[in-house]
Amino acid sequence: MTNNNTELLRFTTAGSVDDGKSTLIGRLLYDSKSIYQDQYDQIKDTSERRGEEGVNLALLTDGLKSEREQGITIDVAYRYFSTPKRKFIIADTPGHTQYTRNMVTGASTANVALILVDARHGVVDQTRRHAIIASLLQIPHIVVCINKMDLVDFSQEAYDKIQESFESFAAKLDVKDVHFIPISALKGDNVVNRSEKTSWYEGPTLMYYLENVHIASDHNFIDQRFPVQFVIRPYSDEFHDFRGYAGRLAGGVMKKGDEVTLLPSGFTTKIKKIHGADGEQEEAFPPQSITVELEEDFDLSRGDMIVRANNQPEITQDIDVMMCWFDNTKPLKQKGKFALQHTTQNVRCVVKEIRYKLDINTLHRLQDDKNINMNDIARVSLRVTKPLFIDSYRQNRITGSIILVDEASNNTVAAGMII
Amino acid sequence: MDYNLSHIKELEAESIYIMREVAAQFERPALMFSGGKDSILMVHLAHKAFYPAKIPFPLLHVDTGHNFPETIEYRDSLVKKLGAKLIVGSVDEAIESGLVTEEKGFNASRNMLQIAVLLDALEKGKYDAALGGARRDEEKARAKERFFSHRDEFGQWDPKNQRPELWNLFNGRKNMGEHFRIFPISNWTELDVWQYLAAEKVELPSLYFAHEREVFEREGALLADCEYIEKKPDEVIKKEMVRCRTIGDMTCTGVWRSTASTVEDIIEEIATTRMTERGGRTDDKRSETAMEDRKKEGYF
Repeated sequence: MTNNNTELLRFTTAGSVDDGKSTLIGRLLYDSKSIYQDQYDQIKDTSERRGEEGVNLALLTDGLKSEREQGITIDVAYRYFSTPKRKFIIADTPGHTQYTRNMVTGASTANVALILVDARHGVVDQTRRHAIIASLLQIPHIVVCINKMDLVDFSQEAYDKIQESFESFAAKLDVKDVHFIPISALKGDNVVNRSEKTSWYEGPTLMYYLENVHIASDHNFIDQRFPVQFVIRPYSDEFHDFRGYAGRLAGGVMKKGDEVTLLPSGFTTKIKKIHGADGEQEEAFPPQSITVELEEDFDLSRGDMIVRANNQPEITQDIDVMMCWFDNTKPLKQKGKFALQHTTQNVRCVVKEIRYKLDINTLHRLQDDKNINMNDIARVSLRVTKPLFIDSYRQNRITGSIILVDEASNNTVAAGMII
Repeated sequence: MDYNLSHIKELEAESIYIMREVAAQFERPALMFSGGKDSILMVHLAHKAFYPAKIPFPLLHVDTGHNFPETIEYRDSLVKKLGAKLIVGSVDEAIESGLVTEEKGFNASRNMLQIAVLLDALEKGKYDAALGGARRDEEKARAKERFFSHRDEFGQWDPKNQRPELWNLFNGRKNMGEHFRIFPISNWTELDVWQYLAAEKVELPSLYFAHEREVFEREGALLADCEYIEKKPDEVIKKEMVRCRTIGDMTCTGVWRSTASTVEDIIEEIATTRMTERGGRTDDKRSETAMEDRKKEGYF
């Protein structure tokens, strides 16, 4: 528990309203002894007051008043637990259709997606929708938890049928690593402890999987990308001429002495020093926050990018994205103008063309449907006011992602994955 | 070479990124400093984020007038060491000027009064971003917080209408008069904080370590005896070995029976404890949604 050298794994959970998602999280927390006694007493007390049978573990994650009243999860809730091997951050996202934007939000930083399927109902529309979103957001690993196995007598046949049905659908998706686990979140089977009732299942328990799945290569360590976030100028006697470019390495490994190109100017120079959180270091890798000094001083500011001379991103004012629309007050319109954020760049953009809407139950491209409302996903072409330094989202989740901000309301109204 | 960050270093990198984003996106940020371990961690991270430059924002302390004396001592020495600017919002002065009215009775606390004083200090200083050391694992309403959390012109939080936060893109746009609360250590747990402070050998206020103090019991929590709390006749004062797990106003911060005298002891204690750190906070016990209710009004 007190080990400083454990890895951090972020996962997102998705499931329909009654798939028992909150119960599963409650179970993971409870069985890993991450629930404190006073928290447990509080939810036990509430469950009793409401006349519920047993302790409702869902109350652990549903934190807002209206959520507890309605018995649903409205917003993304973050939960934490750790085992001696890893620290986990759960982004618990609501399952209802109208809150797809929360699932996209939780998925954007996740290493693993847990998709819950009710063993009695099998793969339903919502399962497909969640799998499509996990694939669009390029979550590296997917675990399909076939839940409520206790209600189908832990039948292998039921499990096999669901696995086949999911696999035939997932063949059309861009997912690399899918696992299936038969569980009962309510009873605890195969969550932390191996079930005695699924002798036919030879795979890991959910906890074992989460503790051991290989996530070290989830970052891009090949293509060096360093978006300048902030320029550090101390103006002190001691550091009079210090000019440091601060930021978080978005891709590749940066080494002292590297020959680099500065974008957009195109000037070339060398990395003089790399300052990390613990002082000077020889090299840096994602997701480290560092400060870089260059051999020669150039006019470099927030939004600029440091890259390797022979490995540059695309520099363009025209970008194509798969976009999820979040705004419930108005639809996405052709010719609409927005503020756009990409890495540390702030620009404006105009929607040049809505190419098609994606049917997120079937993956069909609806070429004739350009009506994009909240939670819809569409392929869109944008034109921006000045060149961005982009990669495809598949190649790099940081340099391949954007958000749109409504300039009147200041709300974040869309998220886009660059194609 | 294995390019792999430990969870502590990854959290550190994330928090530094957020702090730099605040310096880049806002005109007048301030760091809310309470003297507790979380705000000490915040100052430590801010120091790293901008080194060798000084922290580009002042520390803002809301002084309830009911602080542990050790807190003020620590605060002043830290500010001096860093050469940072300190701004104090005083509850005492706010009571005097009639901005707020003192609560009466046995459970009287200045906790709620802090809201008005904080909002007033932010408005006076024209601060457009207030960095706070709240963590999502602390409390269920805080679990719903964003890193960049929007506040309207009244300082209110609307938890059901928050901006989605994706990847590491943070939207700090706002209208005149509105501000943001920024929570760079959202993803840290209590144990993470202690592990980090231990690894970094950060100096801490003596209150966190076990010491002998006069205490009494109230509603299952142990409170430090002080002139600010009215005692009931049956509340007996006794000397015990205790320490603070959180540091706040003396009237609502519980102390814990403990013998932990080093950071390592504390980590051991937290790793095996069965109670949350806010379990001793009587301000959270006023109702099941006490934190959410206060946050909506502008509490930090």
